[in-house]
Amino acid sequence: MSTPCLTIKNMTMVYGDFVIQRDLDFTINSGDVFIIMGGSGCGKSTLLMHLIGLQHPSKGQVFYGTESLWEADINVRQRILKRTGVLFQSGALLSSMTLAENIALPLSQHTKLSAMRIREIVSYKLALVGLAGFEDYYPAEISGGMQKRAGLARAMALDPEILYFDEPSAGLDPISAKLLDDLIRSLRDNLGSTIVMVTHELASIFAIGTNSVFLDADTKTMIAGGPPKQLLAESTDPKVVRFLTRGVMEKHHLHTTNSQEHSEL
Amino acid sequence: MITNHVPCEIKIDQHENTLALALAGDWVLDADTPSLEPLFAKMLKSSTVKRLVFSTQALGHWDSLLMTDLIRVIDHGNQQGIEVDTTTLPEGIQGLLNLVYAVPERLDAKRQDTQRRWLEVIGETAISAVTEASSLLTFVGETVLSVGALLRGKARFRTVDLWINIQDCGPSAVPIITLISFLIGLILAFVGALELALFGAQIYIADMVGLGMTREMGGFMAAIIMSGRTGAAFAAQLGTMQVNSEIDALKTMGFKPMEFLVLPRMLALILIMPMLCLYADLMGIIGGSLVTVGFFDVSFLEYFDRTSGAIHLKDLMVGVTKCSVFGVLIALSGCLRGMQCGRSASAVGKAATSAVVTCIVFIVIADSTMTLICNRLGI
Repeated sequence: MSTPCLTIKNMTMVYGDFVIQRDLDFTINSGDVFIIMGGSGCGKSTLLMHLIGLQHPSKGQVFYGTESLWEADINVRQRILKRTGVLFQSGALLSSMTLAENIALPLSQHTKLSAMRIREIVSYKLALVGLAGFEDYYPAEISGGMQKRAGLARAMALDPEILYFDEPSAGLDPISAKLLDDLIRSLRDNLGSTIVMVTHELASIFAIGTNSVFLDADTKTMIAGGPPKQLLAESTDPKVVRFLTRGVMEKHHLHTTNSQEHSEL
Repeated sequence: MITNHVPCEIKIDQHENTLALALAGDWVLDADTPSLEPLFAKMLKSSTVKRLVFSTQALGHWDSLLMTDLIRVIDHGNQQGIEVDTTTLPEGIQGLLNLVYAVPERLDAKRQDTQRRWLEVIGETAISAVTEASSLLTFVGETVLSVGALLRGKARFRTVDLWINIQDCGPSAVPIITLISFLIGLILAFVGALELALFGAQIYIADMVGLGMTREMGGFMAAIIMSGRTGAAFAAQLGTMQVNSEIDALKTMGFKPMEFLVLPRMLALILIMPMLCLYADLMGIIGGSLVTVGFFDVSFLEYFDRTSGAIHLKDLMVGVTKCSVFGVLIALSGCLRGMQCGRSASAVGKAATSAVVTCIVFIVIADSTMTLICNRLGI
């Protein structure tokens, strides 16, 4: 269960001359629902861009298994990234294509499946996310929550080993958000995929997160990591506690002595 | 994706009224799967089979490929009234199947392609032409109203937007206007010179280029360039604002998009186009002079003397007036298409394309009409 799937070593991310996060060091195990959390503007989404090969780290490494993403040549990188699927914040469905065409796109480009088989897979993926029968709709014709689920269906098109989510529940009502969480969890359980999720929805974090990293915008590095529930129970860092309790509950007993403890991950 | 190792196989056994389906091998995306037809042939209402069970001891890796086949089997079973027992399948597969069948297919969501009859097509085309024309007229009307508001000093837009648009339409367009008008002057001179030189009348090239540029080509070419450069840009800007709900936001803040967005663009073009026209005229005449002086034994002094004799103020006025009209048309069609834009990336592309097409059609029609009027009135 705890084979490392993704390892981030000593990574620094910059935007121009501006350092966003430095000294990031953590491991994501296979089968985890790994949460990248932190306040707005701390670089969560930027970290995701670095993991999925859209932005180059200024320093450090991202390892998929034992292969370094950024030291590999472009073909190897393409092959590594084909094992991943990404759900962008707004779904990022191609607006000029129907849902079926959106999902069929990676299948027809990266596999030799017949058109008939692709159509079956598309219907299956849409049924998985509860959108059976919506094949011929354009993204603009369905609601935001449905777009997000269709985006998830596209992310899963190639049966990826790692699924990335950027703020999956942003813009959804609590019930839809909960349904999406349930869906993500059952996909993880049934497909055995690893899930990496950027979010600051506390409900999702506690409901489905099995491991996490907490990025801080002030110190520009990770200040905590571990299973979210354990973090809530044990963390002594006031920032982490304030975040995880929505600032309601300040811990009265701050253990200032063991400040090393929360960066053990 | 997992690469294929063990070939997929199915084995069908029948015990009384129960079919046992044994799945073996790696059912992954790039594998060749056996046909399900023999199985379906046994799963018929008329047959004695009442139940289907799976055995998956020899099943290796699996992914969506197996799932789609299983779904076909289950759907076929349901159709033929055969009970498909999925409880012996691996837990992961059962979980996924539960998800698939959790939300029943929305039958009303399915779309049917309906064959339309030709009468219907003609009717719809006619109706859409009428609505198109009425939306154009509405837009023109709203523009006039907002110009009225401007004249009464009540139009609300940011002056800085006007300046930004003037910068975009004017100085930034100078290089391309220079190049094109210069070449047009050059071409005009060459075309005329071949004939005129036959009669030894090279000096009349100056008249031809001068009149041709000032009355017609200078303004016309400037307008064509600006419709591609600025008309399309207006449509794309406003279209993207439409996609991002920025125009809705302006409305809720109490701004009229016609005043806030369309007016500064239109004013900028109306102010700038006459200047671009004069500049294009000048560049064309310079282009013509180079040809005449370089190839046809006429001196610069003679050429420009001839030109200044040939062109009258009214010629310049005709050209500049036409060009101002073109400016209004470009701004109108660019903004119209932008405001009509749908809410997707492809809609923005369509808006930009149709803006350029509309601009050019309007320009050509307006130009012909005005030339005809000038000709009749003897201007």
